[in-house]
Amino acid sequence: MTLFRNVVFIAAIAGLVAGVVLACMQAYATVPLILKAEVYEQAGGGHQHEHVAAPAANATDTNAMSSAAPAPAEAAAPAEDEGWAPADGFERFAFNVVANVVTGIGFALILVAVSEFAGGIGNWRQGVFWGLAGFAVFTLAPGLGLPPELPAMPAADLAQRQIWWTATAVATAAGLGLLAFRKSLPLAILAVALIVAPHIVGAPQPDSFESPIPEGLHHQFVVAVTLTNLVFWLVLGAVVGVVRGRFTGTATSLRDSFA
Amino acid sequence: MNTASVSLGASVSSQSRFMQLALAALLGVFVMGFVGFSHIEAVHNAAHDYRHSMAFPCH
Repeated sequence: MTLFRNVVFIAAIAGLVAGVVLACMQAYATVPLILKAEVYEQAGGGHQHEHVAAPAANATDTNAMSSAAPAPAEAAAPAEDEGWAPADGFERFAFNVVANVVTGIGFALILVAVSEFAGGIGNWRQGVFWGLAGFAVFTLAPGLGLPPELPAMPAADLAQRQIWWTATAVATAAGLGLLAFRKSLPLAILAVALIVAPHIVGAPQPDSFESPIPEGLHHQFVVAVTLTNLVFWLVLGAVVGVVRGRFTGTATSLRDSFA
Repeated sequence: MNTASVSLGASVSSQSRFMQLALAALLGVFVMGFVGFSHIEAVHNAAHDYRHSMAFPCH
C-alpha cells in the first residue's frame, strides 16, 4: 500500500495548505456576506432550515437562546430545535477552518488519485491546469445550475439538488477527461454532450424566487464564492505539483518505500 | 506502463496500482461527502459557512 500512502501524504499537505488559504479568503470575502444575509433571515421571520414555518414569536426565541438565557416554557418549543451549532465568533471561525482543511484534503485525494491515472502532476504549472479542471468540475459546472446561495434564499428540495450537483460534477469530469486524454472525434462529441447534458436536464429550482435577500448582496456573494474557489483550486493543484515533484525528484530510488 | 514519466510507486503491479488509486479517490469522495453533503444536523451546522462558501447545496 505504499502508493496509497504516498497519495494520502501528498493530498494531506496540499489540502492543508489550500484549505488554510481558502479559510482566510472566506473570512474576508464570503463569511461577512453570509452574516449579513442572516440578518435578513432573522428579520424575515425565523430560519427556513427545512422544517415547518415557526410562529412569529420565534425570531425572539432564537435571540434568547443565543444569549444562553434559561429557556422559558414557550421558548423551549421543540419546533426551533436545530441541534448543536458552534457559537458565533471564534468557535464558528475555527470550525470553518477545520471544514476547509478536511474537505481540502478530500478534494486533494481525488485530484491526486485521478491525476496519477493520467501519469501524475509533474510540476506546479501542470498542477495549475489540473486545478483549473477541478474548478470547472466542482465549482463552475454545478454553479451554473445551482448558483451559490445565501441563507434565507429559496431553494428546491435538498436531496434533489445534491443529486443534481453530484451528477453534474461526475458528468463534467468524465467529459473533460475524454476531451483531454482521448484523441477520437466521436469521443470528443460524446464529451461535449456529457458536459452539456446536465444543464439541458436542468437543476431543481424552487417554486418561487421571492427572497428577502437583496439581489446586489447575492451577486456579490456569487462573485466572491467563484473567485475564492478558483484561487483554492489553483493553489491545490500547484502545491500537489510541487510536493509530488520533491517526492519523485529527490527520492527516485526510494519512491516505493518512502511515505 | 510508461518509463518516461516518473510516477509514484512505479514498480507496483498495474492491478494493485489501480486498486490503491481507486481507494484513495474513494476516501476523498467520502470525506467530501461527509463534510459537504451529510444530513446530520450537527455536521451541517458546524460546516454551515463552509457549505455556503463552496456553493454546496445547503438547507
